[in-house]
Amino acid sequence: MSMLHWSILLPFIAAICIPFTGKITRKIHTGWFVLAVPIAIFLYLCTLLPKIKEHTTIMESVSWIPSLDISFDAYVDGLGLLFAMLITGIGALVTLYSIFYMNKEKENLVNFYVFLLLFMGAMLGVVLSDNLIVLYTFWEFTSLSSFLLIGYWNDRKASRYGAQKSLLITFLGGLSMLGGFIALYVMGDTFSIRELISMAPELIQHPLFYFSMVLVLLGAFTKSAQFPFHIWLPDAMEAPTPVSAYLHSATMVKAGIYLVARLSPIFALSAEWVWIVGLVGIITLFWGSFNAIRQHDLKGILAFSTISQLGMIMSMLGMGAAALHYTGNDSGIYMAATAAAIFHLINHATFKGSLFMVVGIIDHETGTRDIRKLGGLMTFMPITFTIAAIGSFSMAGLPPFNGFLSKEMFFKSTLTMANADFLSLETWGILFPVIAWIASVFTFVYCMILFFKTFTGKAKLDQLPKKPHEAPIGMLISPIILVSLVIIWGLFPNMLAETIIEPAVAAIQPVLYAADPYHVHISMWHGLQPELWMTIGVVALGFILYKTYPSWTGIYKWLPKRFTLNNAYNKGLSWMDIGSNRLTRGYMNGNIHDYLVYIFGFTFIILLYMMWRVDAFTINTTSVTPIGIYEVILAVILVTASIMILFAKSRLTSIILLGTVGYTVSLLFVLFRAPDLALTQFVIETVSTSLFLLCFYHLPKYKPKEKRVRFKVTNLIIALGVGVTMTLLALSSHSTKLFDSISEYYKQVTYKEAGGENMVNVILVDFRGLDTMFEITVLAIAAIGIYTMIKLRLERKGGAE
Amino acid sequence: MKTKPKTNDLILQTVTKVATFVIVLFSIHIFFAGHYTPGGGFIGGLMTSSAIILLLLAFDLKTVKAILPVNYLLLVAVGLVFSVGTGTGALFFDAPFLTHAFEYFDLPLFGHTSLHTAVLFDTGVYLVVIGVTMTIIQTIGESE
Amino acid sequence: MEILMSVVIGILFTIATYLVLSKSLLRIIVGTGLLSHAAHLLILTMGGLKQGAVPILSENANSYVDPLPQALILTAIVISFGVTSFFLVLAYRSYQELGTDNMDELRGNKSYE
Repeated sequence: MSMLHWSILLPFIAAICIPFTGKITRKIHTGWFVLAVPIAIFLYLCTLLPKIKEHTTIMESVSWIPSLDISFDAYVDGLGLLFAMLITGIGALVTLYSIFYMNKEKENLVNFYVFLLLFMGAMLGVVLSDNLIVLYTFWEFTSLSSFLLIGYWNDRKASRYGAQKSLLITFLGGLSMLGGFIALYVMGDTFSIRELISMAPELIQHPLFYFSMVLVLLGAFTKSAQFPFHIWLPDAMEAPTPVSAYLHSATMVKAGIYLVARLSPIFALSAEWVWIVGLVGIITLFWGSFNAIRQHDLKGILAFSTISQLGMIMSMLGMGAAALHYTGNDSGIYMAATAAAIFHLINHATFKGSLFMVVGIIDHETGTRDIRKLGGLMTFMPITFTIAAIGSFSMAGLPPFNGFLSKEMFFKSTLTMANADFLSLETWGILFPVIAWIASVFTFVYCMILFFKTFTGKAKLDQLPKKPHEAPIGMLISPIILVSLVIIWGLFPNMLAETIIEPAVAAIQPVLYAADPYHVHISMWHGLQPELWMTIGVVALGFILYKTYPSWTGIYKWLPKRFTLNNAYNKGLSWMDIGSNRLTRGYMNGNIHDYLVYIFGFTFIILLYMMWRVDAFTINTTSVTPIGIYEVILAVILVTASIMILFAKSRLTSIILLGTVGYTVSLLFVLFRAPDLALTQFVIETVSTSLFLLCFYHLPKYKPKEKRVRFKVTNLIIALGVGVTMTLLALSSHSTKLFDSISEYYKQVTYKEAGGENMVNVILVDFRGLDTMFEITVLAIAAIGIYTMIKLRLERKGGAE
Repeated sequence: MKTKPKTNDLILQTVTKVATFVIVLFSIHIFFAGHYTPGGGFIGGLMTSSAIILLLLAFDLKTVKAILPVNYLLLVAVGLVFSVGTGTGALFFDAPFLTHAFEYFDLPLFGHTSLHTAVLFDTGVYLVVIGVTMTIIQTIGESE
Repeated sequence: MEILMSVVIGILFTIATYLVLSKSLLRIIVGTGLLSHAAHLLILTMGGLKQGAVPILSENANSYVDPLPQALILTAIVISFGVTSFFLVLAYRSYQELGTDNMDELRGNKSYE
């Protein structure tokens, strides 16, 4: 176990310890203990930065399940470190924020922080493991902790709905991703990502290649809320705001992006990857920004905005993957898209994180998030106002903030895609810049709505549940840090370029990077390039649209109400609920008779089928022992008595007949040289007949016989089937001796090892003592069961009287 | 089981008084002889309980309870402890669970005899079987 | 002998199954009792019948019958006694509580729709 492993496991260990801290110190907010965890890991990760900057990677192995080729390999390269630092960095800020957001008296803090730490550890595990199965395990853990956090206020119906929705969709994706991983294992015979990457050119030849690609993408798209799986993210906003800021904007939803980036070296060799990832991303970008405008809930706007921004990053990764289809200088152009994706990923975490925190503050201080009730908050909360201004302008893509830089890079990449001359991009490639531009206009509009509707205009204090005032300083620290980064990285983007973006790009496109190191250089001003004109166009049209905003929102009414994705999800869910209920109810009808019919029917059908398959229908008469006269007599008595049970008219008759059968069997045991059995059977029969007679008074009288013919015929067929099968089984098992009986062993060692002469008894108490021990335990349980069934009732009755 | 004011079961009661002892003695014999001849804990236990059932048939439940004031559920527990304990004992001798041992001794009266730990295990079985059978019969009998 | 016994076992199984499938509780219990007899005989027959002496070493015979099925059956006999009595009490207790022994009326989940 190395430091690296410990840093992944530290949040889990902390999660175990947290519940005990509350007992020790009641006065201190639990969050303060939690805060130490991400800070410690973040500082440790900082020490790795210099190494990563030099393009060295760190690999630590711990064997986990060696027989299945699964080992807990922690692997750090540019991409992994970037994500790990995001997780711990944002994690620390969010924890700090949550200390002031979550009320110590009212909320169940232990649950909240345990879930949060679980998530943190799982997410670190996702981005720092090299083994696909380990990655998958942590991946599902993030889905699970997200589920728990969304449903944190589990007394609210919307929370439960949102939690279930996110769980179903992300687990669906997770499971298909597991399928994709297994397909990768089948192809490459290893779970190690690095080894798989090294054999990527061979993998693409494999027939399973596209199959696994689609499955893995399904996992990534569901996790990163890409169209059409984005529907879970708006409902996930039911979680406490710190959680939304952390999981559903900065980290967890980026796991899908991480996965796409991580596996790009393998899958990007195929042109389809470029198309699917690029197109799905850009559609998501458009759809998210288009829908964000019609939201009234501030968190709803941010949710759709997150969807659209995730789509943007995703599409940039897709475009960046096109680099693999070029060589030399041309490929560098496409690699710029990858660099842009990484850069925007960082930027998004900063501005969206700060915006979520701002919304949390507004919710906290005014009591509402409804944009129709808010307005004019500028004078009441000036600091929050400033933070929101920087955050939303950066998101809108305005200079001098970091959002502007990455938006410019994005436009540049889409333009390159339009000029590409492969994969039939020459005809359809123009779609990329067009959709991207339209989506950016909408982005601009919702950013303006978010900002101006909340902070400017006339304050509607009468509509607010609380009188607004500035948030406590503790809640402001985290967003202030984030917006400072927005400005700092906007003005000095190259701080990031060499330290983290380049190593990350190198991790995403290792082969190309090794051949031709790509140097990231980001500048605020690069002449009157087309992308700048695009930005100017966005601002111009966006401003007009914002000003005329109420007049054109009518277009949203044109959207079909019934055929929304949410409706499809709800209908599908209830349909599955009803369908599976009906299906189950169809055969699980509560009637034991029918269940027994299934059991007996399947028993004999499967037995017959298996015997037919292994060709076991044999009768071997060579080792058959001669038939004695006594046996024949006993057999006749046995059969007659049991047939008579069928026609018995009274209870007493059938009990006595059953006794007859039992005694006959015990006589047969005598003839078959089984004295122990004969004795036992004899005594048991005596005891159980007296038992039957004891219960006799309590038991119901025989009713008139069953009249339904169909019922009788079914029973008869099943009964005959079972009988015939058993006869065949007995004949066949006697006739075929595939291997020597293990009884020989017992015969030889009974005296030598156990000092006994009665083999049956020695087997019971010595060789198979464990069986006997459990058998008497079962007997004891049966006795206790009978005792409670009768005695407890008597006592209850006695108490009532 | 039901005792009516006047019953004509003098013969049954008289015979039972003798027969019960014979059956119990025989059952104990069969229990101990189990390692060499047919018998053992199961049969021994069942036979002992059948003797008690005979008592129950001849006399009534209350009388038998007065003669044999045994808590049969407790007997089950004791039997289980015997069996599990014998098995666990093997662990102290660095042998797997339920390993049995035996040795030959020259005892007064019995002569050359082998003593088994398996008998202790079988005693557990014997007690459990009596306990279970009698619990079942007795509770059903009492429930009327 | 084995062939004769196989046929007998088949008949026992048929009758036992038919009884278990009927709708009266007592017949079901009698059916399970019969079913266990059939199963015991099946195990014994599978191992071969009368192909040696009683499995007790003091017989000093050349061959003994298979002791293992006997040990298995011995366990099974006692267990089936326990289970049958449990079932018997269950049956009469549910008859007392619910007032019926008809399996059609003893359906568990009618209320849930």
